[in-house]
Amino acid sequence: MKTSELKKQTPSQTIGPYFAYGLTPQQYGYNFESWVDNDMTKGVHGAETITITGTVYDGKHIPIDDAMIELWQEDGDHKLFGRYGTGTEEGNLFKFKTIKPKSVNGQAPFIHVILFMRGQLLHSYTRIYFADEQTLNITDEVLNGVADERKQTLIAKQNGNGYTFDIHMQGPKETVFFSL
Amino acid sequence: MSASTNSKFDMEVQPPYLHEPYKSTILRAPSQPLIVPKKKEITLSGPLFKEFKLGALDHDLTKNSVKDGEPIGERIVVHGTVTNEKGQPLPYTLIELWQANSAGRYVHKVDQHNAPLDPNFLGTGRCMTDAQGKYKFYSIKPGAYPWGNHPNAWRPNHIHFSLFGGDIASRLITQMYFPGDPLFAYDPIFKAVPPKGRDLLISEFDRSITEPNFALGYRFDIVLRGKNTTPFENL
Repeated sequence: MKTSELKKQTPSQTIGPYFAYGLTPQQYGYNFESWVDNDMTKGVHGAETITITGTVYDGKHIPIDDAMIELWQEDGDHKLFGRYGTGTEEGNLFKFKTIKPKSVNGQAPFIHVILFMRGQLLHSYTRIYFADEQTLNITDEVLNGVADERKQTLIAKQNGNGYTFDIHMQGPKETVFFSL
Repeated sequence: MSASTNSKFDMEVQPPYLHEPYKSTILRAPSQPLIVPKKKEITLSGPLFKEFKLGALDHDLTKNSVKDGEPIGERIVVHGTVTNEKGQPLPYTLIELWQANSAGRYVHKVDQHNAPLDPNFLGTGRCMTDAQGKYKFYSIKPGAYPWGNHPNAWRPNHIHFSLFGGDIASRLITQMYFPGDPLFAYDPIFKAVPPKGRDLLISEFDRSITEPNFALGYRFDIVLRGKNTTPFENL
């Protein structure tokens, strides 16, 4: 099919500041049932769970309090999806409970991140890799497609009971975002 | 696993990250070029919703939050088809909806616009496309509301849509507008979309679905990114 015969994509528009009662209602205390939340381990049995927490910073290094984060992961064994807004935790953290994905086809394990917020007309894509997967991270094709000085922005650091993954929209630590 | 799609955002119709007239983009748009990951993907497919159980009134925003009466405003019924770029219908696509009430007020705590809340209207709902990719929901026409982007700034009437196609690239959040809105000319969010894409965000009045003595009909067709012919492997 020629490109000219394709239908035009519906343009994206911002999620805006008022998504909470529509997309994350229970998290924010609205009287409407959420179909998804930040616990991605429901229905997962026998796998060790991890937490992933982080902050989304704007270009002035101020934590963003109205972002919505989605995590998507799939490794052949598990296909998991979670969603959380940054407006309810102290410090505007996001936090997820999930399991660490397996390596697939020799790639370093990772989780897809989709980020939405007021001030983004198009959502952003990034990835969470894991600091304790050094061997696979070193040989990973996608990580190796990123300049060395920016690779660390994609690698979640270990903390007490899980991982920390901060997202910087701009600045010297600007997170690598992908074009998918 | 579904095949990955190779279709990028079409920047002839998609808005940019940075659009300075919409001031919030200035500190929130990525400043570095996006990286194209090497293709070795198998981990791109999204949640599947064929078995998903919608609430009985999820698709009817005029009824799903009623406390002691009907919501105030002009009843509308909105329908359309969700397809991929090849025009193939996308069945069992979840659509999440949220909007202001008829007075232009959102239920969200952050919205301090001095317009009344409607005790019988929350302004959120969900629906799913059927086997032919068609969807339909009922609501109240949302009002325009002021915002702080520039002096005397008002958003055109709109309904927020969130959609999941078969894979991560087809994820879309957008806004549906109503025909002939005089605020289009002044709205930097709408105008961030290149001229070629703007009409794609405007619903059409549709008399064929207008329900006599009940609700005005609007049609809003949606095209999700992605060209794969079999986006859902499990159907």
